[in-house]
Amino acid sequence: MASGLHDSDFKNPVVRWIDQRMPVFTMMQKEYGSFPTPRNFNYFWNFGALAMVNLMIMIATGIWLAMHYTPHTSMAFDSVERIMRDVNFGWLLRYVHANGASMFFIVVYIHIWRGMYYGSYKAPRELLWILGVVIFLLMMATAFMGYVLPWGQMSFWGATVITNLFSAFPVVGNWIVSLLWGGFSVDNPTLNRFFSLHYLLPFVIVGVVFLHVVALHITGSNNPLGIEPKSPKDTLPFHPYYTAKDSFGLVIYFIVFAVLVFFAPNYLGHPDNYIPADPLVTPPHIVPEWYFLPYYAILRAVPNKLGGVLLMFGSILVWFILPWLDRSPVRSMRFRPVARIAFLLWTVAFLVLLYCGGQPPEEPFVTISRVATAYYFAYFLVILPLLGRLERPLPLPESISRAVLGGGGQVPAGAAAKPMEKA
Amino acid sequence: MAESGAATASEGTPRRDFLNLVTASFAAVGVGAIAWPFINSMQPARDVLAMASTDVELAPIAEGQAVTVMWRGKPVFVRHRTAAEITAAREVPLSQLPDPQPDQARVQKDGWLIVVGICTHLGCVPLGQKPTDARGDYGGWFCPCHGSHYDTSGRIRKGPAPRNLEVPQYTFTSDTKIRIG
Repeated sequence: MASGLHDSDFKNPVVRWIDQRMPVFTMMQKEYGSFPTPRNFNYFWNFGALAMVNLMIMIATGIWLAMHYTPHTSMAFDSVERIMRDVNFGWLLRYVHANGASMFFIVVYIHIWRGMYYGSYKAPRELLWILGVVIFLLMMATAFMGYVLPWGQMSFWGATVITNLFSAFPVVGNWIVSLLWGGFSVDNPTLNRFFSLHYLLPFVIVGVVFLHVVALHITGSNNPLGIEPKSPKDTLPFHPYYTAKDSFGLVIYFIVFAVLVFFAPNYLGHPDNYIPADPLVTPPHIVPEWYFLPYYAILRAVPNKLGGVLLMFGSILVWFILPWLDRSPVRSMRFRPVARIAFLLWTVAFLVLLYCGGQPPEEPFVTISRVATAYYFAYFLVILPLLGRLERPLPLPESISRAVLGGGGQVPAGAAAKPMEKA
Repeated sequence: MAESGAATASEGTPRRDFLNLVTASFAAVGVGAIAWPFINSMQPARDVLAMASTDVELAPIAEGQAVTVMWRGKPVFVRHRTAAEITAAREVPLSQLPDPQPDQARVQKDGWLIVVGICTHLGCVPLGQKPTDARGDYGGWFCPCHGSHYDTSGRIRKGPAPRNLEVPQYTFTSDTKIRIG
């Protein structure tokens, strides 16, 4: 090794020359090539990679849309229509971006659900989990501000309702609202700052995603059994095993994405957003985009303004302390017979809230929303803490390889059970 | 991947190479298909192309006068030349011109010279449209940025510009009207 140069293993002279001075190739080989990964991933473990791809798609289409978009109240709507009609492939860029937001939330919701079901938030992955919640909050802010940009009726009234939420806070509420508006209502200054922030936040997300991945590569991935790999037999190199598995998942993801973009591009949107914003007429039935409906249902389930706002924000903020609410040492719900049912019921409550958020604020939806909201919080604040003490989990397998290869018998016949047990 | 393939039976090598080649080709086609809409979206949009022609009424322009019209965001010089100007443009031997082009090849009707008003050096707008402007040594246009002189046919005669003023595509839609573009 020459003085100061990295000791590179690469044979290609150009790669080697760069790698000796800046070992990015060694780093990629370590983190994505030979990176030891539990051998028992199921397809739920595709969704992190899918989210990464989705983020890049959103940034690329967004940058290209911004080349044609005008952030001014008198021109925004028409500039979006111009993108749809006149700009070459503008319809494609916009539909990919709009449906990409929906795909992003689908992917990330499954990713979060996976983390909750298999206990990926538990020690030592608490910080990894917290960074994930931060990413989700940034995504929500970005998606909300992006939806305002076309300046249709739903954009305008969605922005009005959501920004008015902050007026519920005592003392500082109105100050925050006028800070968001830059005026006395949602108007051109609001549109300008939302465009600026909508462009900025995705790059903040990239930064937090980087930290999320750094944290992941320190602790290593969780897995469906929720037990740590104990020997090299329990892991596989990331490449080619999981690059291949992720690629397969990516193909399925692209098929779903393409069906949405090419056959039902407005299915998840709201037709009222093709009416230009009118500050004098509120549409009869305002709904946020589908991915916000559960929180919207929680907001409307509470008859008190401040209470509703606090519970709505609390429904996601409670995820931050999830690692400390759930004290059970067993990660995977596979081995937690009671918590598993409680969590699947929580999933149902979440979906019920999603449904109720899209319905008018009338009976029976208000009562149903209240029951579902109560269970949503009870799961985190009562059921999980209690089960951590009371539940008797099923016996955990001895190791990942034993569970995967031998079903718990003696040394698995035929399997590579040579003396490899170093760790 | 290729290395592990080479390590196995020699018969497996061409097959692995073939698979790698097919995979790489497929990926290249896919990347190209995805990149193309992005690249193409940066070309002029259909509303821009629809606005790409300009009609000019010639009747009000008296002999010796010139007007400047906007075409695709650029100035176009429309000059109603006098007989003396036409003669001056046609008497010059082509051998004296940096960018040899006969005057007849640059006009459709002798009296009307239509050129894009952008200096072929670095894109400034030359002077010479107004009667009070400096018209340079050859009675055409003079670019104040770096001192290019154009004659009454819009051809470069002196200075750093490499080419004659560009003649845009235009047609006479009637005796007194042209459509540029």
